Amino acid sequence: MPQQVDLSVFIKRHPDGSASLDFAVDGITCAACIGDIEGALKNVAGITRARVNYTNHRLNVEWVEPSFDPAQVIDALARINYHAYPFTYDETEEREARRARWLLRCLAVAGFAAMNIMLLSVSVWAGNASDMTPATRDFFHWLSALIVLPAAAFAGQPFFQSTIGAIRARSLNMDVPISIGILLALTMSVVETARHAREAYFDSAIMLIFFLLIGRYFDQAMRRKTRAVATNLAALRAPVATKLGADGTEEIVPVSALAAGEHVLVKPGAKIPVDGVVLSGHSEIDAAIITGETKHQNVSPGALVYAGSVNFDGLLTIEVKAAGRGTLLDEIEHMIEKATEAKSRYLRLADRASRLYAPVVHATAAATLIFWLVTGASFHDAAIAAISVLIITCPCALALAIPAVQVVAAGALFRSGILLNAGDAIERLAKTDMVLFDKTGTLTLPEPVLVDAAQYDSITLEEAARLATASRHPLARALALHAKGAASLDTATEIRGAGVEAIVGGQRARLGSPTFCNLEAEAERALAHEPCASALAYRCGDRSAIFLMRQMLRPDARQSVDALRAQGMALMIASGDHADAVRDVAEELGIVEWKAGLKPGEKIALLDALKAAGKKVLMIGDGLNDAPALAAAFASLSPISATDLAQASADAVFLGERLMPVSLALATTRKAHRLMRQNLAFSVLYNAVAVPLAMAGLLTPLIAACAMSGSSILVTANALRANKAGRPQTEPRIHVHENALPTMMEARL
Amino acid sequence: MTILLVLVPLALGLGGIGLIAFLWSLRSGQYDDLDGAAYRVLSDDDLPK
Repeated sequence: MPQQVDLSVFIKRHPDGSASLDFAVDGITCAACIGDIEGALKNVAGITRARVNYTNHRLNVEWVEPSFDPAQVIDALARINYHAYPFTYDETEEREARRARWLLRCLAVAGFAAMNIMLLSVSVWAGNASDMTPATRDFFHWLSALIVLPAAAFAGQPFFQSTIGAIRARSLNMDVPISIGILLALTMSVVETARHAREAYFDSAIMLIFFLLIGRYFDQAMRRKTRAVATNLAALRAPVATKLGADGTEEIVPVSALAAGEHVLVKPGAKIPVDGVVLSGHSEIDAAIITGETKHQNVSPGALVYAGSVNFDGLLTIEVKAAGRGTLLDEIEHMIEKATEAKSRYLRLADRASRLYAPVVHATAAATLIFWLVTGASFHDAAIAAISVLIITCPCALALAIPAVQVVAAGALFRSGILLNAGDAIERLAKTDMVLFDKTGTLTLPEPVLVDAAQYDSITLEEAARLATASRHPLARALALHAKGAASLDTATEIRGAGVEAIVGGQRARLGSPTFCNLEAEAERALAHEPCASALAYRCGDRSAIFLMRQMLRPDARQSVDALRAQGMALMIASGDHADAVRDVAEELGIVEWKAGLKPGEKIALLDALKAAGKKVLMIGDGLNDAPALAAAFASLSPISATDLAQASADAVFLGERLMPVSLALATTRKAHRLMRQNLAFSVLYNAVAVPLAMAGLLTPLIAACAMSGSSILVTANALRANKAGRPQTEPRIHVHENALPTMMEARL
Repeated sequence: MTILLVLVPLALGLGGIGLIAFLWSLRSGQYDDLDGAAYRVLSDDDLPK
């Protein structure tokens, strides 16, 4: 295509006059690609710096001269078979990157302090057992205080900030007891040091911060990685639109640069890039992704169309519209809002644990204090015992128990092609006991496929397919897959609204609508057998054929459905399509319960009814019409080919043509959930042993340090077992429609 | 034990240098592409040809 995309919206201008642009690069498969790409760009005049980020498969290019055209970068890379797609870092990704750097700084400070404190503490422990003078011990304690107090003030910020936030919101989270424990341990240590005591708890406090920060950092790194892949995938889909200027000029711009009121041209066979109103043109569109309805709709001026629909045969001019009142989109967004509100806020396992945990611990500490006072101990001794209860229960293991499993399980899911949107998705997915499928685009592939290719005469099929490569009509593209790499015909011309025509071996060959080929009667007969299919006619001389195209099931739909059933899931189909089409699919998959012709609101009503019947429903859908149901369901998944709104409403997105990731996701999350509970049980056990020691006043800093680190390591080691669940016996090959995804997934963790 | 007055600041100083070096490397973006860095060290495209 000669027309170039206008890249100006992606360019970042720097104050020193230089400019830069970020690309997501597709085709990076190995480390040698780094040298290839950077080498190729070195030869492009004007580029001052080009650097590949191999981890994220991204490229950053800088230049100084204002006249430099960044499209040269795309061309230079295309020549060596890489595809570069411009993108801008979205705000959340940038915020996450800043937070990651901050956490790493805190971690470094905590690690530095922890190492030096352990040096001093081990000396004191050894000295207490031998002949250390009290003066030296005090010196070491004051020195520890000097290092730990500023280090904890800096490195403890993530916990302190979260605690302040929780208290402001009048709620409790795990960081509240952590912060209380740290503060009390530090205060008590300073007081004890001033009283020339034998022991202080500086080491426990800083080790606690260090271990917890490691957990936080890994959790954050996992989410950042998922987000980076999601941003790259979005860039790869490269949504562009043909903008129609006031003077009739056509310009290709990224969809993100379009404003309401501007005019967009949609050619036959293209996806409609934006929501809008048709200004001129008549066409048939496939709005399956919006409504689930596979029958094509006729649109004419004044009709509302939605992004993602496929324009079939006419040229349309569309006025871009923001979601206005009364449109389908407005209604759906409203429903999503309501569904998200109504969804009784799921209480995460960690939150439930900490809600139970904090009062129990604080009551135990108070009971210890009272017990020792009543039995006649001094206030100082009683307070020490009470505070050591708080320190030893400080939830090092508890705070790691769940996040550690989450990180490992999310990594395993990521490698199997499932990207999590929500942090608590793992727990919710694990608990579901029923799957509600959308049909179009979920059980079936998003694009139509030729029905039963073997029944056609192979020569006719190949000829027709070769002719089809010249067309951009969606049905023709499905047929063109059978061209077996044959070059398209030079003589082929596309006749708008009818089909393509070419001269083959001196004869006129036509491919297109049945009317165009004079095969209306035959088409009608063929369609009588396959009412859900669309027909494409072909005639060349006296040879003719009717090709039937329809939505086909995903290649492993049957296996996946069986696997889900074996996992104990109840199955049901809820589709917006007409009953005949849904019945076929349901029968083919052996799913007994199905509902057809559902509107978005009816899908929510169905979910409510199932919820009332005690079912925890996993909704899987891709359409705009599924988005409210995805938001309302207990847990939800959507394929990567789904509309943006559906993807944003779902808990996780899966890549590829296969449906197997659904069953894989269930297996992984169930195992992860089991490990979470095991870890929690272990934390309780650990406390059951350690707390009586602390209450009896027998807890020394040495025991505290060993118990805390030991339990953290044990819990983390247990969490690593979640990794195994994600590796299926047979490695799933990821076949993807949107050509490029497999290489993106090869990004290693 | 007055030797401690020399040794302790020395130990802290060494640790401090390590910390500052880490913070500097973090600031200069050396942790942005961990996978790439592992391979870049093997390529000799910086040698004069």
